[in-house]
Amino acid sequence: MAAMAVALRGLGGRFRWRTQAVAGGGRGAARGAAAGQRDYDLLVIGGGSGGLACAKEAAQLGRKVAVVDYVEPSPQGTRWGLGGTCVNVGCIPKKLMHQAALLGGLIQDAPHYGWEVAQPVPHDWRKMAEAVQNHVKSLNWGHRVQLQDRKVKYFNIKASFVDEHTVCGVAKGGKEILLSADHIIIATGGRPRYPTHIEGALEYGITSDDIFWLKESPGKTLVVGASYVALECAGFLTGIGLDTTVMIRSIPLRGFDQQMSSMVIEHMASHGTQFLRGCAPSRVRKLPDGHLQVTWEDCTTGKEDTGTFDTVLWAIGRVPDTRSLNLEKAGVDTSPDTQKILVDSREGTSVPHIYAIGDVVEGRPELTPTAIMAGRLLVQRLFGGSSDLMDYDNVPTTVFTPLEYGCVGLSEEEAVARHGQEHVEVYHAHYKPLEFTVAGRDASQCYVKMVCLREPPQLVLGLHFLGPNAGEVTQGFALGIKCGASYAQVMRTVGIHPTCSEEVVKLRISKRSGLDPTVTGC
Amino acid sequence: MSLCPGWAGPLTVEKPRPNPITAAWPRPRPHGDPTPPEDLSAAVWSLVPALYAPCASRGWCCSGWPRLETPECLSTRPLLGPFLAGRAVGHGGVKELFSSLGVECNVLELDQVDDGAKVQEVLSEITNQKTVPNVFVNKVHVGGCDQTFQAYQSGLLQKLLQEDSAYDYDLIIVGGGSGGLSCAKEAAILGKKVMVLDFVVPSPQGTSWGLGGTCVNVGCIPKKLMHQAALLGQALCDSRKFGWEYNQQVKHNWETMTKAIQNHISSLNWGYRLSLREKAVAYVNSYGEFVEHHKIKATNKKGQETYYTAAQFVIATGERPRYLGIQGDKEYCITSDDLFSLPYCPGKTLVVGASYVALECAGFLAGFGLDVTVMVRSILLRGFDQEMAEKVGSYMEQHGVKFLRKFIPVMIQQLEKGSPGKLKVLAKSTEGTETIEGVYNTVLLAIGRDSCTRKMGLEKIGVKINEKSGKIPVNDVEQTSVPYVYAVGDVSEGKPELTPVAIQSGKLLARRLFGASLEKCDYINVPTTVFTPLEYGCCGLAEEKAIEVYKKENLEIYHTLFWPLEWTVAGRENNTCYAKIICNKLDHDRVIGFHILGPNAGEVTQGFAAAMKCGLTKQLLDDTIGIHPTCGEVFTTLEITKSSGLDITQKGC
Repeated sequence: MAAMAVALRGLGGRFRWRTQAVAGGGRGAARGAAAGQRDYDLLVIGGGSGGLACAKEAAQLGRKVAVVDYVEPSPQGTRWGLGGTCVNVGCIPKKLMHQAALLGGLIQDAPHYGWEVAQPVPHDWRKMAEAVQNHVKSLNWGHRVQLQDRKVKYFNIKASFVDEHTVCGVAKGGKEILLSADHIIIATGGRPRYPTHIEGALEYGITSDDIFWLKESPGKTLVVGASYVALECAGFLTGIGLDTTVMIRSIPLRGFDQQMSSMVIEHMASHGTQFLRGCAPSRVRKLPDGHLQVTWEDCTTGKEDTGTFDTVLWAIGRVPDTRSLNLEKAGVDTSPDTQKILVDSREGTSVPHIYAIGDVVEGRPELTPTAIMAGRLLVQRLFGGSSDLMDYDNVPTTVFTPLEYGCVGLSEEEAVARHGQEHVEVYHAHYKPLEFTVAGRDASQCYVKMVCLREPPQLVLGLHFLGPNAGEVTQGFALGIKCGASYAQVMRTVGIHPTCSEEVVKLRISKRSGLDPTVTGC
Repeated sequence: MSLCPGWAGPLTVEKPRPNPITAAWPRPRPHGDPTPPEDLSAAVWSLVPALYAPCASRGWCCSGWPRLETPECLSTRPLLGPFLAGRAVGHGGVKELFSSLGVECNVLELDQVDDGAKVQEVLSEITNQKTVPNVFVNKVHVGGCDQTFQAYQSGLLQKLLQEDSAYDYDLIIVGGGSGGLSCAKEAAILGKKVMVLDFVVPSPQGTSWGLGGTCVNVGCIPKKLMHQAALLGQALCDSRKFGWEYNQQVKHNWETMTKAIQNHISSLNWGYRLSLREKAVAYVNSYGEFVEHHKIKATNKKGQETYYTAAQFVIATGERPRYLGIQGDKEYCITSDDLFSLPYCPGKTLVVGASYVALECAGFLAGFGLDVTVMVRSILLRGFDQEMAEKVGSYMEQHGVKFLRKFIPVMIQQLEKGSPGKLKVLAKSTEGTETIEGVYNTVLLAIGRDSCTRKMGLEKIGVKINEKSGKIPVNDVEQTSVPYVYAVGDVSEGKPELTPVAIQSGKLLARRLFGASLEKCDYINVPTTVFTPLEYGCCGLAEEKAIEVYKKENLEIYHTLFWPLEWTVAGRENNTCYAKIICNKLDHDRVIGFHILGPNAGEVTQGFAAAMKCGLTKQLLDDTIGIHPTCGEVFTTLEITKSSGLDITQKGC
């Protein structure tokens, strides 16, 4: 009987649900008799950005929904509330600490603008951390309230599959609970990777799961890794006045435009972050005085070196949180290399009624807004009669390093790889933000480039912006690219004077011309 | 149908080789003459400096190129007149076309000279045209056969062939502001002989300044820098919440700030002088006044008069602040012309007016901790969306700016001299007979601006002006009632008074006059930002204007309040920043109005303006992924319509 109902839903489901929603108007009416044997219409595993978006959307469409969320404490014992990575140990605290670091820069600007502030101004980690953590906690609370308002059942339990419709949850005290649902969405995200082969890594190192929740200043810090997480953390640590070193084995910001990446590094290096390039750590030891002694190897010379730090932060990548889910019991396939869940363009896994969204999925951009949109679209397809698929192209993003890097579309390398050098035109400019002039700031790395097709009308393939407020600048242009903007159209846009973003609509010098792209005057 | 089908195919280029331009071109050094490349590409460039112009409209880098040496196979050919690179077997009638116009054509048969293939390659690099014939007229690239005939039919070809040398200059520009300078530089790049006349008549308070016009000296640049200074004051307050520790009460020093800003402006003035010199534009620091057709009188500071003639003129004299015409205004009040270089802190200030200049100045003065009052006759930010304008005002009010609504000053009296002194202001109600009195250190007038068109002899040559506003009516190619006189920037009637608009229209005008361009300045969907303490960025229509044009029932307005992440920890108010878009339901929910009130509104608005150029719709906004966490992302998740009447206040995140 149940199987038949499922089959029916699969065939004529879309229409049927819609009529019922209109006719019945309520959750009870929408649930078929067979489906009623299960606890929920939708069970979401993982209370992060993607999962919560799914749950709220489904509830709004009149479904009976449950969310299970459980934060396994980090090896250092850090734990947090509802909301997932972004809210607790990602975007939100990172941008706030980035803001703290930016404010440090503004304090140094202030005397140039007539503010009589005695320099240097010291920074108190505890005060910042407490303020950031309080804000995060208020967001945790907000998410709880939102779920409650929408009558989504929330369980703080660790879930694993029992069969393809049933999940077993274990609460903190060890109490077990069985939950069944017609549809299940996996949105458990990822966690930082530990280099467990390195002696002392797990014992003495921390990750981005811990840094934002530290009660005391991390002090002199070694950040290992070249991901955006690594550079962002190193950036704000430097910005609030800590001695910070980044150890990078190969290339920084893999996957991003490499010219931009190297300028990001250049800027950080010129603002006090130290870099150990081409090095890999081999062990971490705790010295009797409590400091950490890190030994590393120079990958080209093979020479060993050591340094002493207060904190070692691993930011070498993230692993999907799939291991404890017992996916094999449900028959959900994962990639053997990455352990990420394999899905089709409809976010469906190898099991028809089980879906996956967000960072846990193979081959998706690991970004909050992508997870949210994918989740909402998925639920609208499941319960809202929609057939809209998520478009993963031209996803804009911003790296919040001290000088922010915003981008959308293709990197220059990728554009050349796809279209050939001959067919790609890159327009670029070095500019100086007006605010930098009076403050006497160095603008060597303020740079913008637009990657276009060479043939008229020169379709824009990618935009890369390095400078203050890069996120704000990039958002609107992302839309332009979505609209199929051409170079000519962007050039016809009148600038807003004086802003940094107007440099984008004033791009005239092509790389091919070999001319100096430095903007002079206004 | 192609006029010359035989010439549609590309000339064979043997094998791919390094780009001759980029390979041979030494990287130019800043602030110096570029080293002329010595190979053939230089020669071809020298034929076609105009081509090069679009990529080098800014900066120094292309100065002097028209004077580059020409290599042997080209050196015997004059650079003026039509030039045609082709193959000896035929030219698709182009040569005949030129002879029918009575001009001789310089022909370079690429298959008959030794380095023909190379020339062809270089030509195709720089013109993006692989086919021959490749036609130039007076150094301007016309195109192939079809384009040449099209240019003939549109009259462009004849225009390009005209060489007028009866005058001192090809072009004289009156006014060295954003519009004038961009037009001058572009015309010079196109190989024309250009003069700029610029003269700053001192303000009634005696303030004057250097080259560059309003924007650089008494507009955008100093105002944004003072706005930034005020924002830094706010940042200092915020920073304590973010863990930065200092106990002292931070004071603001007006003199330090003003000196730093004025230093920056001086460097910009100097930069403009330099860039005119590099482009061989004659700059004369004199007041220009037309005396007869094609002739202008230039009077310098010492009163010496010189006369110049030109084939064409551009008027770009801009505007200056308006005075009230009441007792004491010119004697005791200052305007935005004076404020940015005021040698002393203005103290307790009355700002008269509700223009964006008034609100921006009041905003940053209050940001320095000064006691500021704004006297408003009727509405705030006339011409802008009124809902947004009121929100701008109420944020300022919450942050210490006082507003006196529906009053106008009637008399200014000096109570005390000094820096600053003390002024008594008498004002009366616009609605009744009530009068009020106040004492201020400074009274700043920002009630509007008047065009500088009345004392420049326009009537002598018959250039019509709007008698009421003084503005110059122009057609869609910036032409005045006198065909050889054009106007750009704030003096032209009905155009947005914005620097980038003036720059764009000046540049495009020069390209139309002297280049092979027909592109007109597009004045639709011009974005702008008001740099009040909470910035307001907009593009497209105000809500009231949209209703007037499209009717309310055809519009859907989406809006929301938002709380920037940075404001949360800083403890700044929620439900203050606001985003609104206006969509036309009859046209696929196309976005016809974009409005944002929040930090960095200018940075946010620019990209959306570009998207509006590309026909932005609500659906596209919904399909676009946000950048988290930013303010700009709010536009990708707009759900609540104004017509629904739903609550848009934010509770938590």
